Amino acid sequence: MNFKKQFKEGLLTKNPVTVQLLGMCSTLAITTSLFNGLGMGAAVTIILICSNVLISALRKVIPSQIRIAAYITIIAGFVTVVDLFLQAFIPDLAESLGVFIPLIVVNCIVLGRAEAFASKNGVLASAVDGLCQGIGYTVALTIVCVIRELLGSGTFGGGLLNGGEGIRLIPAEYPAMQMVMPVGGFLVLGFVIAGSQWLMQHLEKKNKKKEAAK
Amino acid sequence: MEAILGIIIAALLSQNFILVKFYGICPFMGVSKKIDTALGMGMAVTFVMALASAACWVVNEFLLVPLNLGYMQTVAFILVIASIVQVVEMFLKKAVPALYKALGVFLPLITTNCAVLGVVLVNVQEGYNFLISVINGAAGGLGFTLAIVLFASIRARVDKANPPECFQGFPIALITAGLLALAFMGFSGLSIF
Repeated sequence: MNFKKQFKEGLLTKNPVTVQLLGMCSTLAITTSLFNGLGMGAAVTIILICSNVLISALRKVIPSQIRIAAYITIIAGFVTVVDLFLQAFIPDLAESLGVFIPLIVVNCIVLGRAEAFASKNGVLASAVDGLCQGIGYTVALTIVCVIRELLGSGTFGGGLLNGGEGIRLIPAEYPAMQMVMPVGGFLVLGFVIAGSQWLMQHLEKKNKKKEAAK
Repeated sequence: MEAILGIIIAALLSQNFILVKFYGICPFMGVSKKIDTALGMGMAVTFVMALASAACWVVNEFLLVPLNLGYMQTVAFILVIASIVQVVEMFLKKAVPALYKALGVFLPLITTNCAVLGVVLVNVQEGYNFLISVINGAAGGLGFTLAIVLFASIRARVDKANPPECFQGFPIALITAGLLALAFMGFSGLSIF
């Protein structure tokens, strides 16, 4: 088990959003304020860890023909728990994420990690994998959130800082409303993914140069 | 009647499932490389969405509500959807093998299409009756088909373009989708009633 490698994979080289391109729906839909992004990221991370652990523990019991159905049932159970928890304790977040909390059930990240990792690896490694992938998802989500919120509402930390209003960085009359609307989601995510591809290509070139120098 | 028309228009254009509400982005990006497969996927999704809306309404009304099991909604609905997709798959395999082959791997993937679970959850939240639920499901599916076919047509051209290296593939597709969403934003004020 290699925690550092798993962490790097989750954060950059195999980031669920920018590289594996999973879980697009939630990434595009709810990334309009920092509060939403962090909340959604935390919810998905918790569900990922729990479902990874349980699926990994049961991996020898579940027959492979019905594994997908079994995984989805397990995931749906945890999603329901998180959904009810948020409704009871953080109603603001539950309201602003809306139907996208129950939709975590069909978020390909969770099912994808269950199929690709938890069904083949031990409990502890699966828990670490869930945590790393969850952090990668949260970071990507937060970046998209910060950009969209800044351009679309002109604020930073909406829903969290400054009594929920966020810190105003651009005067109220200037921000482009479109950026918090669907258009902005597609555009900003496109640029963020392009940025991460550029970063990886850049690192690769650097590595090659290093090797060539050797 | 007017309410029905309003729902159809909303699901098709002003509240388009993909471009305005962000349901079903995964197949929208994954299955939009060819117009034929995009159309086939759209039709299959439309069918499953209408069927799932009907089945989940029945399950909710006659099973979950009387038994006070509202909190089991997500689990129950996803199981219903998974079984519907399975049944559709088996039926097509026997009855229309040509269509089954054309859809291939996309059929089982409909289970994890959030447009299906999304429309079912919205139906229940909005308290739609049986007829309206089914219409909302079918119209939502048609809206999905419209968006995915439009996008596949544009993408056929974009693929021949030559963007900067880091924009190749997915990023440029997302930006294209953004422009398409911008066009659909023009429908946002559209409400007849």
